[in-house]
Amino acid sequence: MSADSSNSSGPNNGLNNRRSTVNRLSADNVTLAYDQRVIAEQLSVEIPDNSFTVIVGPNACGKSTLLRALSRMLKPSQGRVLLDGQVIQSMPAKKVARTLGLLPQSSIAPDGITVADLVGRGRYPHQGILRQWSTEDERVVQESMEQTGVAELADRYVDELSGGQRQRVWIAMALAQQTPLLLLDEPTTYLDIQHQIDVLDLCAELHEEQGRTLVAVLHDLNHAARYATHLIALRGGKIIAEGAPNDIVTAGLVEEVFGLRCQVIDDPETGTPLVVPAARKARKVVEKVAATEAS
Amino acid sequence: MKTAVQSDAKSASKSASKKEARTAGSAVGKTRANRAVRTPGGLSVRLDVRALTVVVLLLVAALAASVVLIGTGDFPIAAGDVLRTLLGDGNAGQEFIVNELRLPRVLVGLLVGASLGLGGALFQALSRNPLGSPDILGLGQGATAGALLVIVLFSGNATQVTVGALAGGLGAGLAIYLLAWKRGVHGYRLVLVGIGMSAIMTAVNGYLLTKADLVDAARAVVWMTGSLSGRDWAQVWPLLALCAVLVPLVLGNARGLRMMEMGDDVSYALGVRVERVRLLLMLSAVLLTAAATAAAGPVSFVALTAPQLARRLTRSPGPNLLPSLCMGATLLVAADWVSQRVFGADQMPVGVVTGVLGGVYLLWLLVIERKAGRI
Repeated sequence: MSADSSNSSGPNNGLNNRRSTVNRLSADNVTLAYDQRVIAEQLSVEIPDNSFTVIVGPNACGKSTLLRALSRMLKPSQGRVLLDGQVIQSMPAKKVARTLGLLPQSSIAPDGITVADLVGRGRYPHQGILRQWSTEDERVVQESMEQTGVAELADRYVDELSGGQRQRVWIAMALAQQTPLLLLDEPTTYLDIQHQIDVLDLCAELHEEQGRTLVAVLHDLNHAARYATHLIALRGGKIIAEGAPNDIVTAGLVEEVFGLRCQVIDDPETGTPLVVPAARKARKVVEKVAATEAS
Repeated sequence: MKTAVQSDAKSASKSASKKEARTAGSAVGKTRANRAVRTPGGLSVRLDVRALTVVVLLLVAALAASVVLIGTGDFPIAAGDVLRTLLGDGNAGQEFIVNELRLPRVLVGLLVGASLGLGGALFQALSRNPLGSPDILGLGQGATAGALLVIVLFSGNATQVTVGALAGGLGAGLAIYLLAWKRGVHGYRLVLVGIGMSAIMTAVNGYLLTKADLVDAARAVVWMTGSLSGRDWAQVWPLLALCAVLVPLVLGNARGLRMMEMGDDVSYALGVRVERVRLLLMLSAVLLTAAATAAAGPVSFVALTAPQLARRLTRSPGPNLLPSLCMGATLLVAADWVSQRVFGADQMPVGVVTGVLGGVYLLWLLVIERKAGRI
């Protein structure tokens, strides 16, 4: 069907000079494996500075693994991940933690911890044995809670909060870390649609207003296309396409990456690509037509 | 109509006061979580007033119990006289009884209790599971196996038994680490491996006991219950030296451990060197527990109970290391006093008392908390 009807918004000029400069975070020919199970081989990724990069792909395509490697949770069995030109594993742990933050998929809130206490723990990389809780720490924690809209919850227990509030608290903790780079692993999972949009709006805000570089793994392709400034489509541990959503999201790409027939139309709200899966019957008809055309 | 309005106003004021109460309470909570003492030079130290108060009170309680305990026995001495003698101002008879006989016993009690309390807190924090304590994990059983081997097979003397127990405890700790811990900990896996370990060791101990002659068996059983009787300065010094090294080391890593409560990924992302901190603290916890067990036998329940009690007193998340240490020391000395006071000197090994008291208190706490809907 109309494979390229989506690209009406035209090329995205101005964003294409990213290759010329050295980006702060990149993976250079990495092979990622858990024990013997290889997830990705010789994968190279550049995270453009000041971008909101979103990694998408089908289940088990290696997107979370890639994020783990970028955040040094997983050591590549070959190749290297570079942060500011240095191999990330060779850098002091706290120094990395002041540059690059990660919000993992699952986090455990200790029993009986308050919101303010949890957010305060994000200050750890800025603290030392004789600098345990400075006025700066206090200010940043307050600020992070205000940005994420959890300041009123400061004294509530984390286990009393709803899923959406809890996710905001964890994001506040990651913000309190004050890192120019922030990695989020499926930050919208388990949230209802309103809270998903809430969290994504917050991410966009952090990116636009504070100039932080964000890298997120998202499941929802439409969310990814709407919020990302740079999209990486992954399948089987390989990058199938990367670039601005308007440039790369086409029906052909979606079919290649997810194996799903669809139309890509303009999002009536934002003009970004909107993926509309073909109806079940239509998919069959299309397959038939394709088959007869081929014969 | 009027009444309706009134009741409305009433409920409004009620909810307002409730709200006020909550914000007032929460203001306390907030300052508590992130309060610090700061110097003009930019140095700052966290200050948790409640935790500090708990530590001070527990220390006072431990010392008071110690003084009373020193005065207790076949030859009772008044607390004032005990203090005077401790300060080097007593008569010769009292000096001998206090300094040579009873002080070392009390010091061993304090050190063993402190080591068990701290070791238990470390284990529970590292495994993120209150059941992940050395009592359950078979460390005590491992130490017992080591001690029994020496008693039954070699009829070894006290020092050799201590060495055997230490080796047994360390061996059990190493086995648990290799079996359950090497690739990151999963709370239940650790507990299950520990239970398996414990079962094997219990079987070994049972076998050794059946092989023992009557005298050795009696000696072994007393050792297995955990007793402080007949402890002298020879037991105090090694334990004190170990604590002097390990306690500062452990407390120095407490901030990292606090972060590790949130899971390996989060703490790693925050710049904690998770593997290193875990290995270091695990090793310290095994050493502390094994040494305490070697000195006094497997005194049951202190390592499990002390951190839980301390946590309920401080009401603060986090490993509560120092409060657990003080709680352990207080518990053990108090239990020793009970065992001597109630059952007569040396009649009842202290392990029996800690088992009964600690177990009952923990059950009581859990029942209370379930009623309050917190568990």
